[in-house]
Amino acid sequence: MKRRNILKTMVCSLALAFGAGALNSSWAQGQIDPSKPPIKVGILHSLSGTMAISETVLKNVALMQIDAINKEGGILGRKVEAVIVDPASNWPLFAEKARELLSQEKVAAVFGCWTSVSRKSVLPVFEELNGLLFYPVQYEGEEMSRNIFYTGAAPNQQAIPAVEYLMSEEGGGYKRFFLLGTDYVYPRTTNKILRGFLQSKGVADSDIQEVYTPFGHSDYQTIVNDIKRFAAGGKAAVISTINGDSNVPFYKELGNAGIKAIDTPVVAFSVGEEELRGIDTKPLVGHLAAWNYFMSVDNPANSAFKKQWADYATAQKLPGADKPLTNDPMEATVIGLKMWKAAVEKAGKTDVDAVRAAMIGQTVSAPDGFEVQMGSNHHLYKPVMVGEIRPDGQFDIVWQTEKPVRAQPWSPFIAGNEKKPDEVK
Amino acid sequence: MKLTPCRIKDWIGKLAMLASVLFLCIAPAHAATLIPADLTALVSGSYAERKAAIEKLANADPVLARPVLQSVSQGTLLGLPDGRAVIKSDHDYTDPLSGKSVAAPTEPTRKPVLNNALRRLIQNALASMSLFAPDKATRQMAIDNMLSRPDNLSAQQLDQALKAETDTALKRKLTTLHALAAAADSSTAPGQRMQAVQALASVNLPYARTVLNNIISEENNPQRAISVAAAASLSHIDARQRNSALANNAFTGLSLGSVLVLAALGLAVIYGLIGVINMAHGEFLMLGAYATYLTQRAFRSWMPEWFDYYLLAALPVAFLTAAAVGMLIEWLIIRHLYGRPLESLLATFGVSLLMMQTVRLIFGAQNVDVANPIWMSGSFAPIAEWLPAFVVPYNRLIILAFSIAVVIGLYLVLTRTRLGLFIRACTQNRTMAACVGIRTRKVDACAFALGTGIAGLGGVALSQIGNVGPDLGQAYLIDSFMAVVLGGVGQLIGTVLGAFGLGVLSKLGEPLLGAVLVKIVILLLIVAFIQKRPRGLFAQKGRSAAEV
Repeated sequence: MKRRNILKTMVCSLALAFGAGALNSSWAQGQIDPSKPPIKVGILHSLSGTMAISETVLKNVALMQIDAINKEGGILGRKVEAVIVDPASNWPLFAEKARELLSQEKVAAVFGCWTSVSRKSVLPVFEELNGLLFYPVQYEGEEMSRNIFYTGAAPNQQAIPAVEYLMSEEGGGYKRFFLLGTDYVYPRTTNKILRGFLQSKGVADSDIQEVYTPFGHSDYQTIVNDIKRFAAGGKAAVISTINGDSNVPFYKELGNAGIKAIDTPVVAFSVGEEELRGIDTKPLVGHLAAWNYFMSVDNPANSAFKKQWADYATAQKLPGADKPLTNDPMEATVIGLKMWKAAVEKAGKTDVDAVRAAMIGQTVSAPDGFEVQMGSNHHLYKPVMVGEIRPDGQFDIVWQTEKPVRAQPWSPFIAGNEKKPDEVK
Repeated sequence: MKLTPCRIKDWIGKLAMLASVLFLCIAPAHAATLIPADLTALVSGSYAERKAAIEKLANADPVLARPVLQSVSQGTLLGLPDGRAVIKSDHDYTDPLSGKSVAAPTEPTRKPVLNNALRRLIQNALASMSLFAPDKATRQMAIDNMLSRPDNLSAQQLDQALKAETDTALKRKLTTLHALAAAADSSTAPGQRMQAVQALASVNLPYARTVLNNIISEENNPQRAISVAAAASLSHIDARQRNSALANNAFTGLSLGSVLVLAALGLAVIYGLIGVINMAHGEFLMLGAYATYLTQRAFRSWMPEWFDYYLLAALPVAFLTAAAVGMLIEWLIIRHLYGRPLESLLATFGVSLLMMQTVRLIFGAQNVDVANPIWMSGSFAPIAEWLPAFVVPYNRLIILAFSIAVVIGLYLVLTRTRLGLFIRACTQNRTMAACVGIRTRKVDACAFALGTGIAGLGGVALSQIGNVGPDLGQAYLIDSFMAVVLGGVGQLIGTVLGAFGLGVLSKLGEPLLGAVLVKIVILLLIVAFIQKRPRGLFAQKGRSAAEV
């Protein structure tokens, strides 16, 4: 009897141990524990208004990555739940919605913003409520907040190398520049930095012309005529920081006026595959864009990323699923989500201070073909690529850096930046 | 010896062998300059290697090099993984070095990556190779290419081409190019150079300015004859550029004015003739634009061969859609609010939000694509001789003509039709009109529908020049009101002149003040103007309104 009892207890305890072990390993392998509360993540992108053309895909690709995370078992065994809000290209509304996400919905992190004015509007909210924002878009620098992780390019990772390329013999040896942008902080600051850079390269002030248009501006006739007049002086290129759907009438007008890229190339910093979707790109062949990723990059990681997006877009019947396009901010969003997941798992909790510390040094194999790392200045190390528009709307990469470049958020071309620290304290 | 067929064949065979031996002796002398390594460099080399390969092709025998260069620029040169290359044309593949056809490649191919600098090199090389081509079209293409990119001219080569050229038009162009080359080259004989500099006075290319400026700065002595001549030519060119700029500004002002006219005319009819402040006016513009989008989609799916004419079909569709929705809104809401401007303002504001949100629900919040038909793309220079930089885009010109047509059409409706008569009667004296038997309620509804229908037509035009999204109308609402108020309420001619005036003023001010500041200045000017003349440009006199 005793032996039987001992055997029974032994078998039971063994079974329990195995069962517990099995449960544990299944959690480690990837199954969401339904008893644990979900982790909420905020998505703060304009789904209507002038910026919807650029930002709607970022919301969709974030949902795609969250879906993929959940399929692999969530984070710390908890399901990730997206809370989507639409600030409608209205900058004060961005701040309101950010506050709503942080204080009411109590999200663990927010992925959002495109224009620098939207980011500047939400920055005080994130610093006050100690939230975490992942900002996936190229911007003008001059910022390094404890509460933001910048997965987009700083000027030394996009604007400066692009202009250097244009000035080099390979890029055409251009010496005169027409700086055209939308009237808000990003183009104004970027052009200030570029002016400092060009002056350091010996370009005279009379060889630089700066013009700004408001958001949503659609009548570019006079400006294109101005560009023609400026280009008549020879060796001129246009540097465009136009944001949002104003790009569509601008490129149409360029095409109508017959400004050829061989003579007067336009390099844009906020135009990618998505913005070119609705434009006839045949007259625009040869015009350029500078990013850290192009859809035409040829490597296995990018092929997998493109396939993942195409499958998701078709399954969700998203608009434009017949021609799925990926672009740099989409890649940056996915990198941000992957890094945040890894940081939460490393920290063991979603607490902002713990995650912030765990984010530094995170590395991801990015679709651009490089290992990108989060630096101590809250910016990613990113490769720089310059691409020319192809007739099919994709980009031919004509120049790129060998390795990822460390970001310099405090540009050396703005006075007073020498004293600023290179790390977030 | 008798010439039997056998013997003839024999001789032909021997001759052919001799010819092929000779050919083989000669051909390698040309093909020797192009080797497979060049093609490998072209397809997969670094920038420096690709540039060197193209320069080698530029200096090689044109017979072989031209097709290769052409295929590179057209994207039909394909590189294979083993370093060879083939040229693809429809379904045939040829070897670039020998010109012989080869089998279709089974491995994946890649095109050489070109950037603007390399494309420029290729185009220049093709142009100078084609200067002496036998057919006129190729020569014309080469000369036009040199005219648009004259940074690599050789006076000697142009001289030879001039002597060989037979066509008069091409001869004139070659003379221009020769003048440019001769003036730019400081080693040209002084007499010839002076002649060239004087000839440049009538040349409209931007490069002419660069050459003349270079002469003035390198001579560094304004007294020397050649500097004087260069300065004189430069002043001619500059005068033409200034006049072109003025003409450009005037035209862009007129085109902006025409857009404002289309936007504001409907509002003028409704506000001016009925007295309803329609805050939903912008949304009727948006409805017209979306009707155009739907017509485009219908044509794409069912009548793709007629796609270029979808705009003509879109006009009645947009008019009727906007008029129908206008009539509905009038019957449901507006007719209860006649004579109560504040309530109608509030109610129409609500209607505008409703319409925007309905469109967002049906079509999505993002912009929709409305493609320009072919005959609306591109531009031309109408007076190229005297105003070389005055370029008119086709779409703007057509919209200008269209807006004038709409104004004339509205005028005819209001003056020649019974409906127009009734509308004018109701505006002048509603009670008397009712007394003589006019159904005022019906006339009001028709007038409202007419106004919104015109807004729909305006939407068709807007879809061609800007983005089409749910908030398309918001951008034009304020401008429409400005045009109507400026022109004088109740007077259509006032609206027309007000809209054109606003357009021209904005565009004249834009180069001086920038797009953002000019809008502010215009607003302030209108405020000041209204203080002086509260009733606008063409005030309605007394109770009996003047003609339209």
